[in-house]
Amino acid sequence: MVLSAADKSNVKAAFAKIGGHAEEYGAETLERMFVTYPQTKTYFPHFDLAKGSAQVKGHGKKVAAALVEAANHIDDIAGALSKLSDLHAQKLRVDPVNFKLLGQCFLVVVATHNPSLLTPEVHASLDKFLCAVGTVLTAKYR
Amino acid sequence: MVHWSAEEKQLIASVWGKVSVEECGAEALARLLIVYPWTQRFFDNFGNLSSPTAIIGNPKVRSHGKKVLTSFGDAIKNLDNLKVTYSKLSELHCDKLHVDPENFRLLGDILIIVLAAHFSKDFTPACQATWQKLVGVVAHALAHKYH
Repeated sequence: MVLSAADKSNVKAAFAKIGGHAEEYGAETLERMFVTYPQTKTYFPHFDLAKGSAQVKGHGKKVAAALVEAANHIDDIAGALSKLSDLHAQKLRVDPVNFKLLGQCFLVVVATHNPSLLTPEVHASLDKFLCAVGTVLTAKYR
Repeated sequence: MVHWSAEEKQLIASVWGKVSVEECGAEALARLLIVYPWTQRFFDNFGNLSSPTAIIGNPKVRSHGKKVLTSFGDAIKNLDNLKVTYSKLSELHCDKLHVDPENFRLLGDILIIVLAAHFSKDFTPACQATWQKLVGVVAHALAHKYH
């Protein structure tokens, strides 16, 4: 999966429009993921996962920041997320299937908050971008 | 058999009641073909699928999208009897159309995003969870007769 010039431009523009809401989107993405795919909660036994949880908000902020970082360095996502990739491989070891679930929820959040932003072309580009991020984060698993 | 709570049935009905099957169906199928272009392999006879604009404007895509989502409506009317309801359709998709069931999951995910964009904040997490369950169950029923 290769990000074309148009994909990169679409992703950068999308994140520019999302702007300061990224953190809020990150939190809501996680909330939706835990509700829609309860098996994802197994990675957070140490968290309070009740609605409005400060831990979920905090973690959502981290997830969003990583996506923003990847978008800002879209020509070298592997470089930008190298440390995160190490972390996922060595410590977190989140099964690769879960990145798709997170990606789906992120797209839903963007769609609910910003339907006009998510044209079919942008939808395609963002989906590819999220795939690429997942691929980078699981690249060192074995 | 899948169990549906009263709340889930309510969430399904209330969303479905407000959906334009023609519009949503057309949009969902178009987005499937745009976001996952390899799905175009099933539609060689649809004419011009060369760009997102061509796909969105393609009358065969619109018409087939409407057909697909109308069939989805049958599933909603028969939530407690899905495998039987979709038995012949499942055989068709296996024996005649040769569609990998993974494509049903892809379309389901796309439909969720179309609904999310349409219903915005009203597409609550509970709503998303219920509908994600529904599309999963529909995909499973459609794959049930595969051999």
